[in-house]
Amino acid sequence: MILERIEALLPDAILDRHDFRGDLTIVVDGGRLLEVIDLIFTEGFQMLLDITAVDFLDRDPRFDVVYHLLNLTNQDRLRIKVRVNDGEAVPSLTSRFKCADWSESEVHDMFGLRFEGHPDLKRLLMWKDFPGHPLRKDFPMDGGDIFCDDTGASYAGDATSLQG
Amino acid sequence: MNPTNSTTIQREGDHMIVNLGPSHPSTHGTLRIVMELEGEFVVKATPEIGYLHRGVEKLGENLSYHQFIPLTDRLNYCSSIMNNVGYTLAVEKLLGIQDPPRSQVIRVLVSELARIGDHIVCVGINAVDIGAFTAFLYLFKERETIYDLFEMAAGQRLHTSFTRIGGLMRDLPENFLPLLDQFLESMPRTIDEMEKLLTHNPIWYDRTKGVGKITPEDAIAWGYTGPCLRGAGVPQDLRKAQPYLGYDTYDFDIPIGTTGDVYDRYLVRTEEMRQSLRIVEQCVQKLKELGPGPVIVDDYKIALPPKEKVYTRMESLIHHFKLVMHGMDTPVGEVYSATEAANGELGYYIVSDGGKSPYRIHVRPPCYPIFNSFDEQVKGTLIADAIAVLGAMNIIAGELDR
Repeated sequence: MILERIEALLPDAILDRHDFRGDLTIVVDGGRLLEVIDLIFTEGFQMLLDITAVDFLDRDPRFDVVYHLLNLTNQDRLRIKVRVNDGEAVPSLTSRFKCADWSESEVHDMFGLRFEGHPDLKRLLMWKDFPGHPLRKDFPMDGGDIFCDDTGASYAGDATSLQG
Repeated sequence: MNPTNSTTIQREGDHMIVNLGPSHPSTHGTLRIVMELEGEFVVKATPEIGYLHRGVEKLGENLSYHQFIPLTDRLNYCSSIMNNVGYTLAVEKLLGIQDPPRSQVIRVLVSELARIGDHIVCVGINAVDIGAFTAFLYLFKERETIYDLFEMAAGQRLHTSFTRIGGLMRDLPENFLPLLDQFLESMPRTIDEMEKLLTHNPIWYDRTKGVGKITPEDAIAWGYTGPCLRGAGVPQDLRKAQPYLGYDTYDFDIPIGTTGDVYDRYLVRTEEMRQSLRIVEQCVQKLKELGPGPVIVDDYKIALPPKEKVYTRMESLIHHFKLVMHGMDTPVGEVYSATEAANGELGYYIVSDGGKSPYRIHVRPPCYPIFNSFDEQVKGTLIADAIAVLGAMNIIAGELDR
């Protein structure tokens, strides 16, 4: 239903889609994310529940940024994915949804992705000078060697080369 | 301002920066709020979160699906059984299986008990924060009974880990239902007593009415779910809207408020406790109708075989070994499964690559987006009102920081 609307009004916006266990998923191009969000907002998907990301280390593009949306009227759910590489920016949804503020900060904190247009992108769960991004697949499970100097600033030891 | 000091009081013009937390008694766990005050009024409130971040999602990527269950206890530790239920439902959705009917009824039963327990904490502590100590004592007596019931069922009061993938750890013990009957008899009286102490109490009314108001549009834009959203007048409850565990076969109502203020949230939570009691009563009835039966699926590639079989049959021993050492076979795919927890929509997003542990597991905690709106909620209000708003949001640091 919603897919036909998107395809009719924004042809070629959907790069890929699947429907596993009833979870409708579409993959859209990062550049067209805001158009798609605006369209489905008028179609009733007015609640952004969650933003997260998945790191596929060996894939190109490396990351999936995942948005979960809910239509409060007919209770449909939609998952939107944007594929990005390390260093590429994703358009921020803070201008559309207020709750995107922390969710995007968390993805930035955990995966090191940038959100274009976010007013205050910062470390949210980890501390300010934490080296590396914990939910990346190449971040070691034990946290690596993270030290503090005399001023209380953190830096990564030799065992990690995770800056970025 | 130097944010590394635990308590900083500093003058900036006529504004004063005051730190609430990380362990201020009124901040519900290890939260920290940096407040910029002009006299008694809040100019800006900046929540600093992450003090209880344990990297649950990272740990989950290296644990098997079964091993993740104890970590879900530690998300919302006031109602850990609901986290267990939500997580196992997500894995069951990934596997495409359903637990047996008796297990479903018991899951509903313990979830609703946990919801009552969670609301007790929220309402009771909110009242304590504002200065009404007595209601808390009446309520916590009942919460003890709930924890006794959990201890009987799961062997643990707080960190229950009661569910298993495909069902439950075990059936309810014999002495569970008699104690539950006592609880069902005394709890409505306690709610009445609490309402006598709070609902028409002029001080409580003055302190909460009109404090932390939010419009339905704003609540939706902020991603509010649960009692906070329903307090604002949006009748969204996943138990009715997207029924799971057979919630559509139970008879209960969804209370909603009108203004979304602290008083409405309190009223919504109070009524939800009564509605949960109704559901629990129906669960007891259903359990009697169902009679004894299995509480976990009969598929030994998902659930451990019973011990007597492991000790006597070769196949069961192999199943046991394979399940413990290699985990279960999962399909490749991704699911998002949401349940209505006490605070709102608790979602689990699992990406599976077919391995024994999830490739990525993400928890969508209900109070995370709610707390994000804290600054907007308290801007321009008195600092005492900010504490009332914080209590009514029911921030649980465990699920907030994960």
